[in-house]
Amino acid sequence: MRWKPIRFIPDGTNLPFMRWSRFGYFISGILCTLSILLFAYQGLNYGIDFKGGSVITIRTEQAADIDGLRKSLADLGIGDVEIQEFGSPRDVLIRVEAQSGGDAAELAAQAKVKTALGPKVEVRSVETVGAKVSGELTQQAILAVIISIIFVLFYLWFRFEWQFAVGGVVSLLHDTLLSIGLFSLIGLEFNLQIIAAILTIIGYSLNDTVVVFDRIREFLRKYKTMNFPDLLDFSINSVLPRTLLTSICTLIALASLYIFGGEVIRGFAFAMIWGVFVGTYSSIFVAAPILTLLGMKRDWSADGNRSRGVERP
Amino acid sequence: MLQFPRWKIISILMAVIVAAVLSIPNLLSKPQQEQWSSYGIRPMTLGLDLQGGSNVLLEVDRKDLIGQLQLQQSGDVRAALRESKIAYSGLSKIANGVSVKISKPEDMEKAKTAFAGLLQPQAGNVLSGGAAINLFDLKANEGGYTFTVTEKGLEARIGKAIQQSLRIIENRVNSLGTTEPVIQQQGLDRIAVQLPGVDDPDKVKNILGKTAKLAFQLLCEEQPSGASRNPPQDCASFPFKEAVDKLIKDKTAKGDNKALTEKELESLPSLWVQTSTRALVDGADLTDAQPTFDQNNRSVVSFKFNQKGALRFGKLTVDNVGKPFAIVLDAIVQSYPTINEPILGGTGQISGNFTTEEAAALAIVLRSGALPAKLTIVEERTVGPSLGADSVRAGFLACVIGLIAVMAFMLLPYGWFGIIANIALLVNLLMLIAIMSRFGFTLTLPGIAGILLTLGMAVDSNVLIYERIREEWRNGRTALSALEVGFKSALGTVLDANITTLIAAVVLFGVGSGPVRGFAVTLAIGIFTTMFTAFTVTRMVVAIWVKRNRPKEINL
Repeated sequence: MRWKPIRFIPDGTNLPFMRWSRFGYFISGILCTLSILLFAYQGLNYGIDFKGGSVITIRTEQAADIDGLRKSLADLGIGDVEIQEFGSPRDVLIRVEAQSGGDAAELAAQAKVKTALGPKVEVRSVETVGAKVSGELTQQAILAVIISIIFVLFYLWFRFEWQFAVGGVVSLLHDTLLSIGLFSLIGLEFNLQIIAAILTIIGYSLNDTVVVFDRIREFLRKYKTMNFPDLLDFSINSVLPRTLLTSICTLIALASLYIFGGEVIRGFAFAMIWGVFVGTYSSIFVAAPILTLLGMKRDWSADGNRSRGVERP
Repeated sequence: MLQFPRWKIISILMAVIVAAVLSIPNLLSKPQQEQWSSYGIRPMTLGLDLQGGSNVLLEVDRKDLIGQLQLQQSGDVRAALRESKIAYSGLSKIANGVSVKISKPEDMEKAKTAFAGLLQPQAGNVLSGGAAINLFDLKANEGGYTFTVTEKGLEARIGKAIQQSLRIIENRVNSLGTTEPVIQQQGLDRIAVQLPGVDDPDKVKNILGKTAKLAFQLLCEEQPSGASRNPPQDCASFPFKEAVDKLIKDKTAKGDNKALTEKELESLPSLWVQTSTRALVDGADLTDAQPTFDQNNRSVVSFKFNQKGALRFGKLTVDNVGKPFAIVLDAIVQSYPTINEPILGGTGQISGNFTTEEAAALAIVLRSGALPAKLTIVEERTVGPSLGADSVRAGFLACVIGLIAVMAFMLLPYGWFGIIANIALLVNLLMLIAIMSRFGFTLTLPGIAGILLTLGMAVDSNVLIYERIREEWRNGRTALSALEVGFKSALGTVLDANITTLIAAVVLFGVGSGPVRGFAVTLAIGIFTTMFTAFTVTRMVVAIWVKRNRPKEINL
């Protein structure tokens, strides 16, 4: 059994990432600004988890008459009712806005929609979240993202040096920001699943960053005199095959989820796919270059006994 | 790194075989699964988003509870003052409490003594250091006293109410014949109810939140007429069921979904009933309630008292033949039949214009007992069985296709080593599924996403190892030494890389709920199995290969 393996990154590749990082800063800066503006002016398409209200998904016997449904649900007196196709012409998602009369009113509105739909329509799922719970969920979600970023900060600090922790956290913020920007741009429904996706993006992006950092640290110990930007380039290039392969494999798995996993999980899969892209990008173009700005210490001989690097022969 | 003693190889192989056996039930049919589970080998538990079912979150209605406490306290205050023969005026509700005016200033001290027993100490908890906390706070003011509900006392009271409600809700859910419901307290004042495979969640919801406080009360001499809307002392005003139903219907027709306000309820035609304990038998002593039909073929609920209830009900009816009494359920008058003859057997019927479904539901809630406080549904998530089944199918398909595609891709850069990586990948999945099945972790739809993500992570550890070996080989090491050093150096990186994802998973588990939690669990288990397989299975297969072939070069 012998076949010639394909190298996706030719051996000896030495791309000048640090020279490109100026463009990287520029692009990231623009994208982050755009994301903030989008978030500020357009906001996110919050789902009921954070806004309260009801979501009902139904399946009709024939292709659904969306306009007809819209008309028949419009005068129920339950406020705004959004109706959209959900994966197939027979599947429809109905979103009822939060009611003003407390939790009992949410349930009443939900019941009304069901009655109005009639018995021929199969109600496939119902979700209702009251105002108080949605408020708590919002707090929890924000807290979750902040807590995980803080954990990461300390972990990187503990395992590496504070400069690495700063680089890692800046790239995480960058990823989170760009994700939120994109979700705002395309109006992706922002719900608990998406929060889970963001946290996973944080984990994934960091995973990438840590692999790069690990290599930088190793080379810092090994090549004590190499100038720092070159050393960063060298480190990034040497882990580039791994970065590419892992990203491709993860993308393959996530693409499969996006295409075949069904409508319910599609938003999540989409968020994750985007996360893999920004996470990979940021570990090369954000996390590593930031180290050059922070004045890395160059004498790593003190903890040389922890070195896992190979001694030069 | 590449020395594998025989015992190690055997134990790793054993672990793989055990994992395989534990995973098998997930592929079997229902009857076969049952056969296997008699040996303790079960398939994965599916979350409600995959098997279909209802998730309902109930919360104690604080306002309602405080209202109850005020009513009770007013009665107790009145009784205490009468007993001590203290003249009073203006016994009234204030925000979160009750206030009373003592007529003569010299009675203030006496009243204070009389009130000493009315503070209702609640059992202490850890927070109070075991000391009892009073439910009410007594304060003297200009010519009187106020009782206010204390925050701590209320919390203790809510805790007690939740404990009682848990049992009652359990009874109610069980009487619906739901299989394997999960009912548990969540936070201080909530109850989470999980009902797998319920096909009519609306029916369940109606039954869950109903307080079902039933009382048989004598009518007051005086009844509301035109102008006078305030019931006399020792009487309470309750609206008629017909009037309440009609108001709700009218409001709904007008597109108003709001719950009825106290004011609206007060404006309805109502009945004044006696509230003193002598004139009342409450539903706590019911032993049975069944839906049935009366002689006119209307839906009614027949009930049966226990001995104590039967005695009291008997006495009440003996003393009041010819008079009407009201059947009050959750502060609404259902009907007010006249006592034609004493009812001594402790059985009777409740009529009240019920539909058949209403009667059936009422029977269930009466049987299970009254909730100590009103519970409101604050969150509901229901997935129908067909959508759940679709999600399982789609998720399974996505996993299979993702797995095949990733495995195929791994062959491109790594050839023979790719096959080793793929073996590790399969073992990894097997272990993930085995652990989830054996330890009863729940698989949710996001959990399936977690499995797919684990695919990516598992590949990553192999890629890290292989790339490292390759580098070492290219740096001029011999094949054996490159393999040796490659595994050793990659270990730290793999560890670091996985711990970061673990951090995200732990945070997710801490704050997430339901399906999202399922994702966190799957992700976390996936990280452990990934580390395990990368450093046992992959290493072992490579070690065996090295031992057999003594390779001179590394074809990576």
